[in-house]
Amino acid sequence: MPCEVEFEDVTKRFPGAARPALDHVSLKVEAGEFVTVLGTSGCGKTTMIKCVNRLVEPDSGTIRVEGEDVSAADPARLRQHIGYVIQKVGLFPHMTVGENVATVPRVLKWDKERIQARVDELLALVNLDPKEFAGRYPSQLSGGQQQRVGLARALAADPSLLLMDEPFGAIDAINREALQDELLRIHQGSRKTILFVTHDINEALKLGTRVLVMDAGRVQQFDTPKEICEHPATDFVRSLLRSGEFRLRSAYVEPGEGI
Amino acid sequence: MQNVLAYFSQNGTEFVQMVATHLWLSAVALALATVIAVPLGILGARFRRLDSVSEGVWGTLRIIPSLALLLVLIPVLGTGTLPAVVSLTVLAIPPILINTTTAFKTLPADVLEAAEGMGMPPARELLTVKLPLALPVAFAGFRTATSEVIASAMLAAYIGAGGLGDLIFTGLGLMRTDLLWIGGLSVAALSLAVGALLSLAEARMRRRAGMVAA
Repeated sequence: MPCEVEFEDVTKRFPGAARPALDHVSLKVEAGEFVTVLGTSGCGKTTMIKCVNRLVEPDSGTIRVEGEDVSAADPARLRQHIGYVIQKVGLFPHMTVGENVATVPRVLKWDKERIQARVDELLALVNLDPKEFAGRYPSQLSGGQQQRVGLARALAADPSLLLMDEPFGAIDAINREALQDELLRIHQGSRKTILFVTHDINEALKLGTRVLVMDAGRVQQFDTPKEICEHPATDFVRSLLRSGEFRLRSAYVEPGEGI
Repeated sequence: MQNVLAYFSQNGTEFVQMVATHLWLSAVALALATVIAVPLGILGARFRRLDSVSEGVWGTLRIIPSLALLLVLIPVLGTGTLPAVVSLTVLAIPPILINTTTAFKTLPADVLEAAEGMGMPPARELLTVKLPLALPVAFAGFRTATSEVIASAMLAAYIGAGGLGDLIFTGLGLMRTDLLWIGGLSVAALSLAVGALLSLAEARMRRRAGMVAA
């Protein structure tokens, strides 16, 4: 089921911080969009997605997922229906890959056969052979494989919304490309709504159906990669584009368009 | 040496009885200490003020020599098993408490964020994630407590609670070096044997908790 996310005048200032992490943010993500949230560190992009699953509570403003105000929802139940992937992955080191992936289905009390089938399906989806990997422990996997498991775990209960916080930031370039391509494939196959935080402009432009550029807690521009490249809205966006320029040509290719 | 052999041939059952009492006293004290110290340690990891208070209290109690504590307890609890168990429990609490707090304070932040972000209910997170991951470090505290308790349980005999201390105090009273040797070495052997078993268990827990990379 596709899922829309809406921010209405959301502000968050952490205690002792000089300026708000989110400064009156209003925006709407349509169902099925793959939105990349781009900005330098400390720009509020992580805070923004953490407000969606209530790991951070905003000071003011409203966030709606599928039209429902998240502040009215039970946090645990809300999170069980929103996939969440973080840069450090956070796999449970004492559980096998299969048990890790089964976490949310187990919380939701699915029956055993259904969980087993789902785990196999998901491992196959992220290109890990279930027979080979389901019984392994996280410490026996490479960084790229661990994040594949992290992605499978986040997708386990088939959430219609996926929040990803620099998920590929610590992964080497070759594996990162592969994971990006797989994520695009998964998005195209499922039409899930994805909010994907990154500080890598090339990644943001490659993955996003729309890119949300943030700086100092404010939205600088929220538009398609093409529009952002051709009509940067602010000096900040222009400087970001310049910083990524030498790789831009290879990263950003509009479908059906040659370079 | 002959005396030692003679002792075992004549007092074999008595010796086994003393070892059993010694282990029983230690086990009860350790069980009580675990029941008190683990929840306190978990709470201490969450609430800093409780942590500093309990660290102060138990730290102070720890400095008091066990023998002194035993004697102090006589007017309150009398003699026999009860005061012995109480003072051994007091002795065992600090290492378990401190290690439990440390274990819970140093749980990997990314793992906890992932658990929370997936909407794992707090009780389930405690039981299936935090406890198993904290176990090896907390258990190391239990191991320290065990060796301290087994060594100190010798003093329990002084207030009539029995155990291998009986041999030592009898040996001291009768000037029988053979009894002192048997008593002292038995306690040392017991402590080492139990310590070795617990170390094995701890190593296994560490492997289970995935702390040793393959």
